[in-house]
Amino acid sequence: MRFIEEFRDGSVARQVAAQIAAEASADREYKIMEFCGGHTHSLCRYGLIELLPKNVEMIHGPGCPVCVLPIGRLDQAIALARQPNVMLCAYGDMMRVPGKDRVSLMRARAQGANVKMVFGANDALKLARANPDKQVVFFAIGFETTTPPTALAVKTAQAEGLENFTVFVNHVLTPSAIEAILGSPEAQEGRIRVDGFVGPGHVSTIIGTQPYDRFARDWKKPIAVSGFEPLDLLQSILMIVRQLNDGRHEVENQYSRAVNSVGNLKAQRLTEETMELRPSFEWRGLGTLQASALKLRPEFAKWDAEARFTMPYEAVADHKACACGDILKGLKKPTDCKIFATACTPESPIGSCMVSPEGSCAAYYLYGRHRTSPTPEPERRTA
Amino acid sequence: MRTRNPFPKKLDLTGRVELTHGTGGKVMAQLVEQLFAAAFDNRYLAQRNDQAVVEPPVGKLVMTTDGYVVSPIFFAGGNIGSLAVHGTINDIAMAGARPLYLSSAFILEEGFPLADLKRVVDAMAKAAMQAGVPIVTGDTKVVERGKGDGVFITTTGVGVIPVGVTAPSGDRAKPGDVVLVSGSMGDHGVAILSQREGLSFETTIESDSASLHTLVADMVTVCPDIHVLRDPTRGGLATTLNEIAWQSGVGFKLEERAIPVKPQVAAACELLGIDPLYVANEGKLLAIVAPHDADKVLAAMKAHPLGRDSARVGTVIEDENGFVQLETSFGGSRILDWLAGEQLPRIC
Repeated sequence: MRFIEEFRDGSVARQVAAQIAAEASADREYKIMEFCGGHTHSLCRYGLIELLPKNVEMIHGPGCPVCVLPIGRLDQAIALARQPNVMLCAYGDMMRVPGKDRVSLMRARAQGANVKMVFGANDALKLARANPDKQVVFFAIGFETTTPPTALAVKTAQAEGLENFTVFVNHVLTPSAIEAILGSPEAQEGRIRVDGFVGPGHVSTIIGTQPYDRFARDWKKPIAVSGFEPLDLLQSILMIVRQLNDGRHEVENQYSRAVNSVGNLKAQRLTEETMELRPSFEWRGLGTLQASALKLRPEFAKWDAEARFTMPYEAVADHKACACGDILKGLKKPTDCKIFATACTPESPIGSCMVSPEGSCAAYYLYGRHRTSPTPEPERRTA
Repeated sequence: MRTRNPFPKKLDLTGRVELTHGTGGKVMAQLVEQLFAAAFDNRYLAQRNDQAVVEPPVGKLVMTTDGYVVSPIFFAGGNIGSLAVHGTINDIAMAGARPLYLSSAFILEEGFPLADLKRVVDAMAKAAMQAGVPIVTGDTKVVERGKGDGVFITTTGVGVIPVGVTAPSGDRAKPGDVVLVSGSMGDHGVAILSQREGLSFETTIESDSASLHTLVADMVTVCPDIHVLRDPTRGGLATTLNEIAWQSGVGFKLEERAIPVKPQVAAACELLGIDPLYVANEGKLLAIVAPHDADKVLAAMKAHPLGRDSARVGTVIEDENGFVQLETSFGGSRILDWLAGEQLPRIC
């Protein structure tokens, strides 16, 4: 496959990894957070973490929309789906995340709730047109990448006068999460140390690289906005190591084949026209963050599920044994969680990080279990 | 001797399935006579009984049953009818057996166009004829509108293992054995999904749906002791190998580079964010054979039209954890785990 395989060349990857090892100075540690769950998966899928020298540590960030959505918001969606005449449309990743009492959308559906799995906002629009007698609600989650399609769906519904379509908006903002990590008490106390960030490339196709300038300037953190293939990631890590060695802190764009500094202005305009900042929003792991999420503007109240339906919010604490919160903050690795791969598995997940294809627990479980598994493989026994 | 034709008017194919088509009266008899029996035409059905009477074959009997609920009903490379024949024949064939007879049970939803039903039945008849396996008995039921989704089909198959052939079984994989696949992975699932999502590519991706029993016959001729034979349908190659790892108490080491995947399937999977090794096949098999049998089985597979792209993709290893490991083209290794959740619902 052209334009993909070039970025998955193992021998080039090992050369870049060797370069990182050569340039990373042995007398210091490099703690680099890849914000995005998609990056965490690439790191695990291609075994990149093992290619890196020991003193270059990747800290997995909270960039997984399914993971950071708190149980309370999910429960609101489940309650909506149980209302008579409502058809709730959700992304596939969301279906198996357990809510209160471990009831997921999937389980609610089996119990009679009307839940449809969709690939995007546009599918939900189609369902609304096809089912005029139903109230079709799109359960909109995601960072800046999935926000414009939601905005477009709302605008389309407005243009068509589609009255049986609403959106339950849970869109969140990447810079707010980075800010929260850097300003967290754990970071102040030195329990979390992040020297630099691998920036989420897909988010930057929408917002550009500019929103990160302040982290480089004010927090003095090097940032490399990165693509998702293994060579992209290794190159981004090398860029950050070099910045740290030089004492620089800049926003660099590794993913220049898709990202520019200003982003997709049309998409930004769509979001701006339809949505505004929420005063605050609860994130799983990161807590309640000011100005960190979006909601529909009042003029679009007709398409806003939160305005059209009664949706009481009840904050629900995570399962006691689940370390998702600490993992999302970068305080713990999935393998530090007591129930990782024992009580919590993709088949029977307890925390959201084990469910989502972007969750770091799922990445560790799916790709790396043979490395951490208690029984050594025969290959290793003979090695 | 038959008396006069009880159905002077021909079945109106512009009509739709009605509840009376399943109530056992004359309307149903006409549907069975003019649609099903006319298409499936064979001497067993000609007896017009509720069962077929056949001679017992020599050898071990094999029996299987499978329900088909694929959505959409019509897809590039086949429809639910051809799939219902291929799938069940393949389940028989994977015991190293020769399929002999099929039965088919239809659950029709009120309002389903009869013309569509005819397309399904004709595809089924054609698939059965090409395979040389008659549909010898059947059943038709109709459910009210909204209680089904057009048409569901269940087929049952009976076959026989040729004398001298040891039945392959999922619990017979041994460390050192070689894993062979008969062609490219993921075609069926991607054909269905791209149709469902309205995705189009430079080349149309067609389902690989096909009956594999003649390929199996060639394989057991050169090697009567194939350890495991499976058609990697739902969950694809990865899930099937996990099942075998669990049944046999072994692990696998696969070579990603060696596993055939068509470029357009790989591209579609990349776009949809899925892994072709987890995507269903309906016309491919995987065989696990002793190392000394590998070359001759692979040669027999490659000599068959349905096995031209066969390849050796990995080996069975000792592993108490039963992990299916993949040596990636990139140069690392990762696990191919069981599929969790619904990646592609209603693929067959």
